[in-house]
Order: sequence, then C-alpha cells, then structure tokens
Amino acid sequence: MEKALKKYWPFFVLPTFAAFVIGFIWPFLQGLYLSFCKFITIDRATFNGLKNYIFALTEPDFLHAFWFTALFTVVSTICINLAALAIALALTREIKGTNIFRSVFFMPNLIGGIVLGYIWQILFNCVLTLLGKPLLSLHAPYGFVGLVILMCWQQIGYMMIIYIAGLQSIPGDYLEAARIDGATERQILWKVKLPNLMPSITICTFLSLTNGFKLFDQNLALTGGDPAHKTEMLALNIYQTFYGRAGAQWKGYGQAKAVLFCILVLVISFCQLRATRSKEVQQ
Amino acid sequence: MKKTVARLLSLTVCAGMLTACGGGNSSAPASSGAADSGASASGASGAVYYLNFKPEADDAWQALAKAYTEETGVPVTVVTAASNTYEQQLMSEMAKSTPPTLFQVNGPVGLSNWKDYCYDLTGTDVMGELASESFALKDGDQILAIPYVNESYGIITNKTLLAKAGYAVEDIDSFDDLKKVAEDITTRKNELGFAAFSSAGMDGSSNWRYQTHLANMPIYFEYQDKGVGVSETIEGKYLDNYKAIFDLYINNSTCEPAALAGKTGDDSRNEFLAGEAVFYQNGSWEYSNLVGEGKPFTDDDLAMIPIYIGVGDEANQGLCDGTENYWCVNGAAKEEDIQATLDFMYWCVTSETGTKAMADDMGFVIPFKGAQESPNLFVRQDAAYSAAGKTPISWAFLTIPSQTWKDELASVLTAYAAGTGSWDDVKTQFVDGWASEYAALNG
Repeated sequence: MEKALKKYWPFFVLPTFAAFVIGFIWPFLQGLYLSFCKFITIDRATFNGLKNYIFALTEPDFLHAFWFTALFTVVSTICINLAALAIALALTREIKGTNIFRSVFFMPNLIGGIVLGYIWQILFNCVLTLLGKPLLSLHAPYGFVGLVILMCWQQIGYMMIIYIAGLQSIPGDYLEAARIDGATERQILWKVKLPNLMPSITICTFLSLTNGFKLFDQNLALTGGDPAHKTEMLALNIYQTFYGRAGAQWKGYGQAKAVLFCILVLVISFCQLRATRSKEVQQ
Repeated sequence: MKKTVARLLSLTVCAGMLTACGGGNSSAPASSGAADSGASASGASGAVYYLNFKPEADDAWQALAKAYTEETGVPVTVVTAASNTYEQQLMSEMAKSTPPTLFQVNGPVGLSNWKDYCYDLTGTDVMGELASESFALKDGDQILAIPYVNESYGIITNKTLLAKAGYAVEDIDSFDDLKKVAEDITTRKNELGFAAFSSAGMDGSSNWRYQTHLANMPIYFEYQDKGVGVSETIEGKYLDNYKAIFDLYINNSTCEPAALAGKTGDDSRNEFLAGEAVFYQNGSWEYSNLVGEGKPFTDDDLAMIPIYIGVGDEANQGLCDGTENYWCVNGAAKEEDIQATLDFMYWCVTSETGTKAMADDMGFVIPFKGAQESPNLFVRQDAAYSAAGKTPISWAFLTIPSQTWKDELASVLTAYAAGTGSWDDVKTQFVDGWASEYAALNG
C-alpha cells in the first residue's frame, strides 16, 4: 500500500491540484496583475502603474471601512466566542433536552446571510419604529449594533458545536483527578478545561475573526452601508467601488483594494493562529 | 514521504473548498431563452445575443425572439439581467468568448463607459428607421447608441378618489393647486379614509423616483435657464422648489416621514392599488402593474399629470418624456453576428410582428417610423399632452454624473425626511457632489 502510494501519489493529487491551479492560483495571479491596470472587461486591460494603490490607500471611505470592520471584528469575535463557550459549558452538563437545545442554537447557521439580513432589518426597524427612534439605515451606531447582534445570532450556534466537541474530548480522568485533589469548579474550568480547549479556541477565534473581516452578505442586506457609507465594511466597499462606479479607472481601484484586503486577512489570521497555537497543550 | 503526501492531500482538499466557495460568485442570469444557442449557432447567418435591461419586458422579448427564429432561422438568445445588476452582468458577459451582440446603455454617461465596445451604426438600415437622428447618441461623428423606447413619467392620479375628495384632474395645473388639493386631503384624511400621496419609499427599490426622476426637475429648469443640455456644474437654483415638492410628498403621505426609510417600491404601489392614496409618482412602464386582469383599475380610473414644482410656464407643462434605454451593437462581435443583430433590430422596429409586440406586449411607444399605437393609457396621454401644445420636460437626469451621486442624494434625502439630517446636506450633495463626481468621471 505504502509503496503504491509512493509511486502513484502525483497521479492522485493531479485532479485537485489542477483544479486548484485553474480555480485559484491562476485567477489570483491575474487579479494581482489587474490591480495595476485600468479595465472594463478583463480582456482589454491597460497598465496603470501604482495609481490604483495610491488611490485605495488615500480614499477616506476605504479607511473608514477598514476601522469600522476592525472594530466590528473585535467586538463580534469576543461576543460570539464568550457566548458560544458559555452555552457549550451549559449544554455539556447532564441536563435534560441538551440535544434539542443544541439543534435550536445551531439552526440560525443554516439560513443564508442575505435572508437573515433582510429578516433582521424588518425586525430592527419594527422595534425602532415602536420606540420612536431613527431606523437602521439612518443611524450608524444602530447599524453597528444590529450587525453585531445579527452575527452573534448566526454564528454562536456553530462555534458552540466546536466547543462542545472540544469539551467532550477532554478525558474524564483529568476531571476526576482534579475533583479528587479538591479543585473547585472554577479551578477545573480555568486550569483543566480551558487549556485542553485551546485547539477549539484557536479554530473558533480564527473562524470568527476571518468571518468578521470578510463579512459581506449581512452587511449588504442589513444596512447596505447606509447612512452615507458609515456602516460600510471592507468587502462591501470593494464591491461598491468595482460595480457601483462607471469608468475604467474604478475597476482598477476596486481590484487594488481587493488585493490589499486579501493581504490584510492573511496577515491577521497568521498572527492569530500563531498566538493561540502557542498556548495549546498536548493531551 | 508520508508527511508530504498528507500535506499535499490536505492542500488539495483546501483548494477544493476554496474553489467551491469561489464558484458562488458566478451570478446566474435572471432568465435565459434559447439556452446558449448563440454559442453553438452554426452557418454563416450569425446569431443574436441580446442582454436585456428591462425585467418587466422579459417574457415579451423571449416570445419575440422565438418568433424571429421561427421566421428566419436565426437563433436569438435573450438574457435579462436581474433588477439593478445590469452593469455587473454586462461586464462579465462582455469578457466571454461569446459576448452579447446587442446590449444597452442608459444614456450619455453610461455610453462613456462602453463606447470603445460599440459598433458605429451610421448608415445602417435600423438607423434609417429612427424617427429623428437627433435621438441617437454620438461620439464625435460616430452613432453609437439608438433609443428603442420612449417613456414618460409624472404623477399617476386615481381619478375616482380625487372625485371623492371633491376635485378633478382639471383643477390641478400648477404646484399651488397640487399643494392645495394635497393639503386639503390630508386635513380630511380620517374622514376620507385615504391620503394624498402613496409613501415616498426611500428603500433602494423605490428611491430612484426621488433621487433621479424628481431630481430631474431642478436640473432641467436650470439647464433651460442656461440654455445648455449638459453641465459639469450645477448651481442648485431651483433646489427650494425641489424641497417644496419633496416636502409635499412626505408630509401628505400614507405614513410618517420617519418611516419612509424602510418603505419599498412594492409598499408604495400596493398602497395605491388598495386605494389608500390619490397620487403616485411613477412612469408609463407602471401601467401593466395597475391596469389589467386581476388589477383594480381600468383606464377610466387613472390619469397621469405633470410634476409641477412651481417653476416655468406651468399651464403649458407636459409630462417628463425621454428614455434611458439605448441599444448598442457590440463592435467586437463576429462580423456575421453583427449583421444578424442589425437585421434583428431592423425587423423588430419595422415588421408587423415586431412593432406589434413592442407596442402591445411591452407597452412601448418606439421612436421609429413604423411605430404602432400603444394601448398604454399613459403613453396615449403623453401624446395628447403634446398634441395640446404642452411642452414635455426632457430627461435631464441622463446627464447625472454617476450612480454614486444618486445614491448619496437618496441617503441625504432619507435622513432629511426622517429628521436626522438637514436640507443643507441635500444642497451640498446636489451641488458639490455634482462637481466632484464630474471631476471623478473625467479624472
């Protein structure tokens, strides 16, 4: 078996590798090239030098979108992970009906972002009308809070499942040994459960960080960037630059922003992976 | 070795996931007719691939394309972009190996984006059929786009309700009249059981009625004063009139001004259909949504009146007349496809089947010599206004520098209506935004 694998592995890897090259590497390189161009359709691009990047880095809306996205990501990552962990801890105790609760909490994840965005928009606007406050698309802070609530509602269930899996894989003897040694529940949580949960925490923070940074559907459906681009996140800003504007130069600007965005997400996720990995323990 | 294999395998698995995600980006067309027959068309006769802008006319275009194929054997594919996604779809379709041979631009500003892709229509048969050469859009001495439909908009009025309130359409021929009637209806709103205006929804599905069509009025009158057809700067001389009409709309509506931010185009139409409002600003394209089978109105119930804003010779003001539907032929298409497309266009505007379909099924009045009379009430009314010597208001909004200008105007108008923004913001966007967008357009 081993021998055959050694001999034929390139053959087995080839189809997916080819798909990877065609579907990812080649378009990525092309995109990189286009970020230095002006174009309307990609087959007629003219070189534009570094102008696109200069524009992207100096546009106030793009910078605002960056800070808005960063703030949103931090807040939503903390909220989602704390809540998901709390629910996971609650649902790994021996209470009746845990399975029902787990399914209920997981369900929002099965609905698409656009649909959720519109549903929550109606909900929020109804509540705001009843309270006599300005609607979601008129007041940026409401838009921000709305996005955080929406993301929490959607993501907590998913992260909860990962945490539950993590908690269940902690060997029972660790907990038993701790109890025999006289550890309190709090000590067990901090000294036994959490260190053993580090792989799950790594995954969950990674997912919620990147999801937060790349958020698009929910942003488009819930606020659409209103009022006046104040709730526009990076992905939506790029989309608006690329499609919302007529003229060859704008496609280049959008492309340059997209490349910057890609690098940013890569850097942030690498840093985060490094930071949480170093805290993982061997079981 | 084992490790390398494992790594490569995991890499390829990831790649599979990534490409699967990437696949979601390719947007499916809203509908397609003779499924990709354009690609596989054989023979020297060429094929036509029309990327249609008007979702409401999709069915009629599909039927017309089929009829043409049956008559001539030339395959015609009609694809309609979903509402608000035309530019996106055009961009991606144009880069394909079988791009649309016939596509649309929305006017001079839209054309500037696509002019390098347009075929020069000078001297073609279809150009010869255009009622006046001045309708076409040119770049230098090249004719690049021709309009295929004329439309008009104004304030659609429910005559039955208006009579209940004690008025008739003839009573309204100035802004002051409109204001008097609307405010009278509002004071008696509870007793009458309906409001003056259907909600001026500022949701994306409806805000074009205010950031584009209503905004046309101050732009048009300023152009008239200056004697120009396009200008890279705007003074905002008639913005107070724009404010007056917008105030009238939002303060005499079915709902509170603060709730307008969330109101959609459907909300507004449904209110009008349900008889909750007398006035509804919209255009001739709305006819099929109001009259016909299963609809509450007949031609006798409705009328379209001009949008009066208290400027100019109001007694002789007509409806707002124009088009933002221009045909362009893709100059990069294969020669036989270009010829097939020109033949198809010619057939649409000259043949019995073509002109009838465009008039009856699509409800268009077409700016070609062979045009048939349309059953559309608003189109006939527009003709009647013109025949009575009233001056139509042209669509000066075609010179609005960008979609961004419109979107940002909508945003400040919404805030103004809700009371979270001021009219000064609207003025700033209108005047300064105009200049900066023109600068961006040229830069």
